[in-house]
Amino acid sequence: MKYSGYHGRFGGAFIPEILVPTFDELEAAYLEAKADPAFWQEYEQLMSTYSCRATPITYAENLTKYFGGAQIYIKREDLNHTGAHKANNVMGQGLLTKRMGKKRVIAETGAGQHGVATATMAAKFGFDCTIYMGAVDVARQRPNVFWMEQMGATVVAVEDGSATLKDAINEAFRDWVTNMDDTHYVLGTACGPYPFPDMVSWLQSIIGKEAREQMLERTGQLPSRCYACVGGGSNAMGLFGGFFEDESVQLVGVEAGGHGRGIGQHAVRLAYDDATVGVAQGYKTYFLQNTDGQMQETHSVSAGLDYVGVSPILAALHESKRVRFEAATDAEVVEAMQLTVRKEGLIPALETSHGFAQAFKEAPEMSKDEIILINQSGRADKDIFTVADAIDDPKWKEFIIRKAEEYKRA
Amino acid sequence: MLKSYIRARRQQKDLLLMTHIVLGYPNFDDSLRVVEQMVEAGVDLMELQIPFSEPMADGPVILHANAEAIKAGATVDKSLEIAEQITRRFDIPFLFMTYFNILYARGVDKFVDEMKSIGIQGAIVPDLPPEEGEEYLAAMKRNALSPIHIYTPNTPDARMRQLSDQSDGFIYTVARKGVTGKDTQFSDELGDYLARCRASTDLPLALGFGVKSKADMDFIRGHADIAVVGSETIRVMEREGVEAVKGFIQTLVA
Repeated sequence: MKYSGYHGRFGGAFIPEILVPTFDELEAAYLEAKADPAFWQEYEQLMSTYSCRATPITYAENLTKYFGGAQIYIKREDLNHTGAHKANNVMGQGLLTKRMGKKRVIAETGAGQHGVATATMAAKFGFDCTIYMGAVDVARQRPNVFWMEQMGATVVAVEDGSATLKDAINEAFRDWVTNMDDTHYVLGTACGPYPFPDMVSWLQSIIGKEAREQMLERTGQLPSRCYACVGGGSNAMGLFGGFFEDESVQLVGVEAGGHGRGIGQHAVRLAYDDATVGVAQGYKTYFLQNTDGQMQETHSVSAGLDYVGVSPILAALHESKRVRFEAATDAEVVEAMQLTVRKEGLIPALETSHGFAQAFKEAPEMSKDEIILINQSGRADKDIFTVADAIDDPKWKEFIIRKAEEYKRA
Repeated sequence: MLKSYIRARRQQKDLLLMTHIVLGYPNFDDSLRVVEQMVEAGVDLMELQIPFSEPMADGPVILHANAEAIKAGATVDKSLEIAEQITRRFDIPFLFMTYFNILYARGVDKFVDEMKSIGIQGAIVPDLPPEEGEEYLAAMKRNALSPIHIYTPNTPDARMRQLSDQSDGFIYTVARKGVTGKDTQFSDELGDYLARCRASTDLPLALGFGVKSKADMDFIRGHADIAVVGSETIRVMEREGVEAVKGFIQTLVA
């Protein structure tokens, strides 16, 4: 490859020898597309006709009044086709797949949003598609599995390891080392070996580019703080990408605090001290691991943030202090989501709601002249089962029991 | 030196056999017993795999063995301890196979120094291309240990030569794309690839991935110096018990 892909001391490409030529090819295709204005034009055109770009900015008037501090604005990535920012990366990589002349795509998925987005792209572009998903996640995200299969994708439930996102990534790599000649691996977040972190961040930067312009147009000023949830880190990299040059804008990444501090209880790599620097899944970053370097169990109410590593670019931005990292617990997140639904009629996904939870902690202490911008990275339709459980809704339970009985009789 | 051992051994035999175990699977006592069986059956050198939670390049059999070993309490300390017992007791060369994070977490220099002090002769680290391996390669060189790199059917000639320059002991050639433990078609095409490997290095060649029978061994003879049997011995052990390993190896080298 032309570049080593390091950001500070993080990143790199720790790849099996068999993939070296594949990564050479991918880097070349990525650099060529990045240098070619026609690629970005085609990408924007595709996203404005097939998805819902530019996604709007919504002023959350009721939440603003409720907290009585900073004015709260929300970037509406949930209005993308398939309901999350994942569509940006996937459609961009779909265009690259076409450029490289490959006929099959594979992907890992945690919450299922990236899997659905990839299956959608594959259906549109006519690619064969296999999605790897941890068995634990298959069990908790059935609606997304249903749609992937309807779109013609093969969904493989991965039983190995902790049966979550990291295991799905390992399994996708195992497929790729076999089928690289006709297959592109559509990695879903700003992690993995170079060029994935850079390429995914570049494709997602469409969020921040739009948001910056929209904020200036709407409010005549830049936000004081931007908030985004951080699993792998692609929606955060996307939003923050519009504001790196603006030193007055604080960038806040919010990780999954789960049940709180202590390894195994959460998926916080940067905001807590539980993670250490290591190398796994092809890249160097902070991982939740033990002293031997074995990856540890993670926990989050949101499948999409339940991951041992974090974007190497965000790890570097953490060390340089350009981005501040915080954590929100499961309980705080469910509460923030319910409040947003009630006050604004918006339905942020559980992943997304981490960003909201942290913004709600800080907004009341800020002045009314200040503006904050939250990235609503996805919507919560997929979370209906998890949320119904979390708030213990009796009518929902009744419905499910009745439905199950109907199926039993049939 | 590993390379001179292989050369000398090749004067007596037309094909050497390297086998593999996952340390601590199903437990450390059995690891020791399997090594004993393998050495008695006439294995020429062995890979000892230190288990890792994310073995990206391994197929289902070795993946499972890694996970079970960790679950059963296999730590890196214990793996090094048992490896030292093994190198003391048995008079063939032993190599480590593991993923880079195991070295990185312990400190690359410290890990490699420990390898030297416990009598391990080389290492295969499948997720560490030489571009990322500066510290590792320097430590291996300082300790006169053999860093073993991998050739694949996708590797261009120029890169094969680069890899050879960074390697010592032998080159590990994988017979096909994919992960460990799946079937391989031993064909003329494979012969052509091995000829390409041979032309790009002066080091001995080991051939692995999918080698599991005497017929496979017969095909490899003349194309490579060492045949590598990995997943299949784990399958034999799982199916028929530790004692069956010796008989299985004997059928390969007969």
